[in-house]
This record gives sequence, C-alpha cells and structure tokens, in this order.
Amino acid sequence: MALLKLVPDNTNIDFLRWQWPTTILSAALMIASWVLIYTNGLNFGVDFVGGQMIRVTFTQTQTAPIGPLRSEIEKLGYGEPVIQRIGNPNQVSIRMRLPEGSDKNAGLADQMTRTISADIKSHHTDARIDGVDSVSGKVSNELGWTAAKALGFAALAISIYIWFRFEWQFGVGALVSLVHDVTLVLGLFALTQWDFDLTIVAAILTVLGYSLNDTIVVYDRIRENLKKYRRMRMNELLNLSVNETLARTVMVALTMLITLTALLVLGPKVIFGFSAALIVGIVVATYSSIYAAAPMLVWLGVTPHSFVPTETAQDRQEKIARGEA
Amino acid sequence: MLDFPRWKQIWLWALTLIAMAASVPTLVTQFGGQWPSYLYKPEVSLGLDLAGGSYLLLEAQAGDVAKQKLEGMAETVRTKLHDANIRIGDVSTSEGKVSFMLESPSQVDAARQALLQSLNGTGSVKEWDLAVLDGNRFVLTLTQKGLDEDVKLAMASATDVVRKRIDALGTKEPTIVQEGANRIMVQVPGLQNPQQLRDLIGKTAQLEFKLVDTTALQSDIAQGIVPPGDEIVPYAPGASGAGTSIAVKRLGGIRGDELTKAQPTNNQQTNEPVVQIQFNTQGAEKFARLTSENVNKPFAIILDGQVISAPNIQEPILGGTSIITGGFTTDSAHELAIQLNSGALPVNLTVVNQSTVSAELGADSIHKGAIAMIVGALAIVILIAAAYGRFGIYANCALIINVFMILGIMAVFNGTLTLPGIAGFVLTIGAAVDANVLINERIREERRRGRKAFQAVDLGYKEASRTIFDANITHVIAATLMFMFGQGPIKGFAVVLMIGIVTSVFTAVYLTRMWVALWLRRTRPADLKV
Repeated sequence: MALLKLVPDNTNIDFLRWQWPTTILSAALMIASWVLIYTNGLNFGVDFVGGQMIRVTFTQTQTAPIGPLRSEIEKLGYGEPVIQRIGNPNQVSIRMRLPEGSDKNAGLADQMTRTISADIKSHHTDARIDGVDSVSGKVSNELGWTAAKALGFAALAISIYIWFRFEWQFGVGALVSLVHDVTLVLGLFALTQWDFDLTIVAAILTVLGYSLNDTIVVYDRIRENLKKYRRMRMNELLNLSVNETLARTVMVALTMLITLTALLVLGPKVIFGFSAALIVGIVVATYSSIYAAAPMLVWLGVTPHSFVPTETAQDRQEKIARGEA
Repeated sequence: MLDFPRWKQIWLWALTLIAMAASVPTLVTQFGGQWPSYLYKPEVSLGLDLAGGSYLLLEAQAGDVAKQKLEGMAETVRTKLHDANIRIGDVSTSEGKVSFMLESPSQVDAARQALLQSLNGTGSVKEWDLAVLDGNRFVLTLTQKGLDEDVKLAMASATDVVRKRIDALGTKEPTIVQEGANRIMVQVPGLQNPQQLRDLIGKTAQLEFKLVDTTALQSDIAQGIVPPGDEIVPYAPGASGAGTSIAVKRLGGIRGDELTKAQPTNNQQTNEPVVQIQFNTQGAEKFARLTSENVNKPFAIILDGQVISAPNIQEPILGGTSIITGGFTTDSAHELAIQLNSGALPVNLTVVNQSTVSAELGADSIHKGAIAMIVGALAIVILIAAAYGRFGIYANCALIINVFMILGIMAVFNGTLTLPGIAGFVLTIGAAVDANVLINERIREERRRGRKAFQAVDLGYKEASRTIFDANITHVIAATLMFMFGQGPIKGFAVVLMIGIVTSVFTAVYLTRMWVALWLRRTRPADLKV
C-alpha cells in the first residue's frame, strides 16, 4: 500500500512572492481586530466582571420561556438579566451584573444568585438548575489580573528563551507573530461576542504555545540552512526552509484541527468557545509561521552571515595549519 | 542514537509499565468496578465541572479580627487595672487603638506595669505599642505584625471549624483548604444544594450567657441610650421578642466556648425542639455560680450578638447541663448543635465566589467529551498509520501508551481531571503527534537525499530531537507560568499539559526509537517505507 503524502516530495512553492500582500493582509486584520476590541469590547464572563450566571434546563417544555423569565427576574430589582440559549432550545444561561454596593459587601453577588435561583424554581416547577456561578467584584478583578499576568509573562519568557537559543531577531520575530495570532483570536471574540471567560484564556495560552512551536520549527530549519548554504540568497533560503518543513506543518495542523473539530461538534457545549478559539488560533498560527515569522527575519537584518561563528585565535591557527588562510 | 542495550530496554519498559499501571485503579472505579482496599490505590478524581458539586470561596475580613482584638484588649484593660486598684475613665476603641485616661497621673507607672504582660500576645510577636500622652492618657496601638499573626491564627482555626462543620454533614470527600492569607476554599463533590452548607458556615456561632439588667428603662433602650455598665442586644428575628432589644450587663457573663457537647433534643414539657448543652468543668462552675447568685432573675442567651431567648433562672443549675430554648425548628436545632460542637468561628466568613454544577450537566460533559476524544483520536490514528506505515503504527502505539501514562502519573499525584484538563489532553496528543511527524518527515527527507535506511533513521531522530526539545521547552515555560499565575481552570489545564509534555516526549521519542531500532536490527531492511 502506498503511503499517504499530504505534501508531495520536493514541493517548491514560492511563498515569499506573496510576502507583501500577506503583510498588508496581516496588518489589516490586526488593525481590524484592535478596532473591534475597542468598539465592541469583549463579552467578559462572570469570571472577569463579577456577577452571576445560572444555567437552567426546562425539563418539561420544548423551548425555554425566555420572555416570562426575563420579566420575572427584572421584578426582583437587580436590573436587567442577559438571557441566552445554550445548547438545546430548553437550556438557557441567565447572567446578571454585580448588584450595587458589592464593592463594599462582597457577599451581595452570592445573595442575588440565591434569590434568583429561588425565584426561578418557584415560577417554573420543571426548571432544573444545572449550574450556578457567582463571583464578587474583588475576586473577578484578581482573576482578570492573574490571567493577564499569566499571558504576558508566558509570552515574554518564551521570547527570551528563543533569543538565547537563536538570535535576537528570531526572538522578536516569534514575539511579533505571537502577538499577531493572539490579537486575531481576540478579534474573533470581539466580533462574535462569544463569552470570554477563564477557559478562553487557557485556549489563548494554548494558541500562544502552538504559535511558538510552529515558529520554532521553521526557525530551526532556517538556522540549519543558514549554516549549510552560505551563498544562497535570503529569500530563496527562507522559501527552501518553509517548503522543507511544509509536510510537517500541514500534518500537525491537520491532526490538531481534526481533534478540535471533533471537540467542537461532538463535545459539551461548555467548551464550544474554547474549541473555536483553538481552531482559529491554529489556522492563524500556521499562516503566521510562514508569512510573518519568516519574512520578518529579512527585515530585521538576518543574513547568511548571522550564524558564522566568530573566528578565534585557535581557529585561525588551525586554518593556517591546514593551509587555508 | 540507535543503540539500545538490554538494560536500557528493561529500564524504558519498566518506566512505561509502572506509569501505565498507576492508571488502572482509576479506570476500574470509573467503569463501575471495585478496587480491592488492601492494594495501593492512586486515583484521579473528577473535578466539580465533571462530577457535579459545589464550590465556595470564603473570605474573612481582617477588619473583623482587628475589631475583636480591640474589644478583647479593652476588656483586659478594665479587669487588669481594676485588679490593680487603678481607677480609669471610659475605655474607647477606634481606628486600631484602645485609649483611656487615668484618674490620677501618679499611677502611670503602676498602670504600665499592670498592662506590660498583656502587650505581647501568645506568640513572640509584639502585638501592641503603648504610648502615654499628656501625662495620663494611655494609647495602645495594635501593630501590623500583631494583626497579621492574629489573622493567621484566626484563619487556621476557622479552617478547622469549617472542616468540622462540613464533616458533620456527612458528605463524600469534601476539600477544605486555606487559600492565601484570608480565604478558605471549600469543594464538596456531589452536593447539589449548597444552601445547607452555607447555613452551617454562615454563622460564627458565638454563644454567650449574660444577665439581663432589669432596672434599665424600656424607653431608654428604644432610644438607644445605654445604661452604664450595660450593652444593648437586639432579639434574633425568630425569637419571641423579635424587633425589640434588651439591655444586658456587660460583665459577669459566660462564653459558650466552655462546652464539651451540644445536642438537639425536645423539651419534655412542651415538646419544642431545643438544644441541650454540657459545660466543661470550668464552665460548669461558672454557670453554677451565675445561676445560684441570680435565682429568679432573667438571663439572656445570646448567639452571634442576638438574643435568642431570655428565660428566668428558676433554680441554681449545678450539674453543668442546660437547655437552650429559642423558637427552634428541628433543623435549626440540629444546625446549632453542629455549630456549637465544632466551636465558634473566630471570624465572619463571606462567600465571595460560588459555583455549583449539577451531576446531570457533569455527566453530559464527560459523555460528550469522551465521544469527541475517541472520534478525534481514531481519526488521528488512521491518518498517521496511512501516512507513515510501520513508523506510523509505532507512533500510534506510543500515543495510546501516552494517554494511560498521563492518567497514571496524575493518579500518583492525586490529580483532579477537569474539563480544561481534557483540553490539555488534546493539546498534549497534538504535541506527541508533532514529535512523531517531525521525526518521520525528517527520515523521509534523509532518504530522499540518498542516505541508507539505518543512517536515515539515525539522522532523522537526531535532527528532529533538537527541534522537538525547543518546541516542548516553550510548552513547559507556558505551562509553568500558567500554573504559577493562573487560577481554577487555567491551573487544571497547566497540570495536564506539564505531565503530558514529559510523557509525550518520552513515548514519542524514546519508545518509538527503541521499537524502530530493534526492528532495524532484527530485519536489516535495505529500503524503508516511510
């Protein structure tokens, strides 16, 4: 049986021919993402803004009575609830902002949740409360802050590692393509207004790891080829490196996408956003490792001489001994 | 790179089998079996999002501790100076300070001497700073170190009290741990309605017995005018005098921490639910003295600063057993008994974060998550086998071993599997696939360049290992930072990722290399189908 080859042997695609159009595309997408994040904002879950979320399943009805539910909860005087359908038509999530005065009394969010749960149960006998989350303002601030810290430090630490393992240009290139990938995923969440909670932060951290992983594989090959082919033109060398790693890039992206699509379609609704973020992140990361990370090296001034070891006195003597100098 | 002497083979297989074996108890119990109790049983427990249950994050206010501390000090000042025959004015407590005036400035040294011992608390930390202003005004300031020490002690004992109360509920395997300086995290798997739980830990359960000041005018109390030596205490909402307050004598009462036992029972005459308490020796003595000196006078039973009843003392109670009435229901009597038995909470606890997941939703998540994983894994296995033939089958075996090894190692560390943890599994499998793809693509490349089979495999592993190392180090860095700074789901994800990276590299690089090496040595193929 012949083996499956996703990328034919000796593939030679001139990727860098499109480096300018793709750069413009990347820049445009990044700007669009920032604009969306600024204008639409992210739909932060209770983890980050505080408040409460109750998930309810109505066991006896086909569709959840969203209208009556809304007016009943409004009557309780905590403000307007955000009611969304999740999964099946008889399942909803009910979100409320933090009640007034919660910055002084941390227990208020929790009290509100109890009142609302009791109210739902009294009006709808078939309501089954599947999940309840209440987060006080103080805790949500901390959660947001720790999540941001985890993201920031991880990105920085990894870039520094790459700088040590390669050259500073590679560190910068990896950091830029990473910012590019994370920005686009954030942009997606600003556009779709999907819930942005702690699980999504975990997804973004994964994208971050994957993006770097992909970039490193390409960079590693570039470094190897830089040492091997001293006289090759830079663009040609980058093309060669990207093509040589293309089979791996496609294969790994494909396996990840298969698992994640299974998770998105068949998995529990709770991790829909998580899977979606990862899928988009992996597509973007694969693209950026080819189109952002590689050309960036040329712009930052990596040349075939970047990896020539500095000649020491001993090298010199050896050369003379061999009669090369 | 392809040299595998016997000892190395044994060593690799032993590691693999031990890690895999550790996953067996978890799998046996998950699929409804029983693991014999006399055997070592490492187990992965399911997180609340998968098993269903309740999570509460409780926070204590440092301010409460400080306030109590100040009041305690004020009380100490009064008694110590009274015992030393030093007359003082009113003792005031505000802004972290206890201050009072001496009636005669000549007694400054004597007063200082009398208080000296109380300035250092139980530990070695200096808890109070003493200053004398204007010749006769004493100001005692609570030091930050003293307060920190006190909060620490209070939290340790609060955690203990919370644990005792939850244990009394009889739920399965609750987790109660202190988080940070002033928080307690409570997880109770399987508990669907946390109401009972909150009722139990929502009260500090400070029980006090104080004499009622029968001379106080009801009109004064209503206006909030406190008679000298008294304090005004409101009735609890359920009590018979609810809505009003009474004046009780500040001193000469008994605190409820001198109990040995409390139990719910019924009043023999009225059949009303009551709580019977038994004092310890010291408490019984004090209680006997209080009751015999005050026959026919009312005394107030105060719980958490609210009067629950104020019965008349009909006769001296000498046996140290008493009954608390206060309009209880059977449930609330039971609850109070648990609270009194576990001791009073030294601080008020507020619920700052709460989460409940029903068992149905949890089961649904597991079910769907498992199906998704199986479908995804199957697709990958087929794809890899199709792409790399024999090498792909080796990679697939490594992948399957990898999953069991992650489970096994998590079990040894008593890990918890959560939904984000399952996602971590997916990423880890991705990393393992990546390693194998890198190796196999490299072998293909080397073959294309015309290298011989043995040499191509050797170079393939060597060259790919460097890339795999770099790529996985970045994952380790990300996972470590997630673990250090993240909370909740992020942490759960990071743990699986960290374990998974180690096992992925182990299975995808070392195990497959061993298999390939042994196969090469056995068959010595002239051509490779990669």
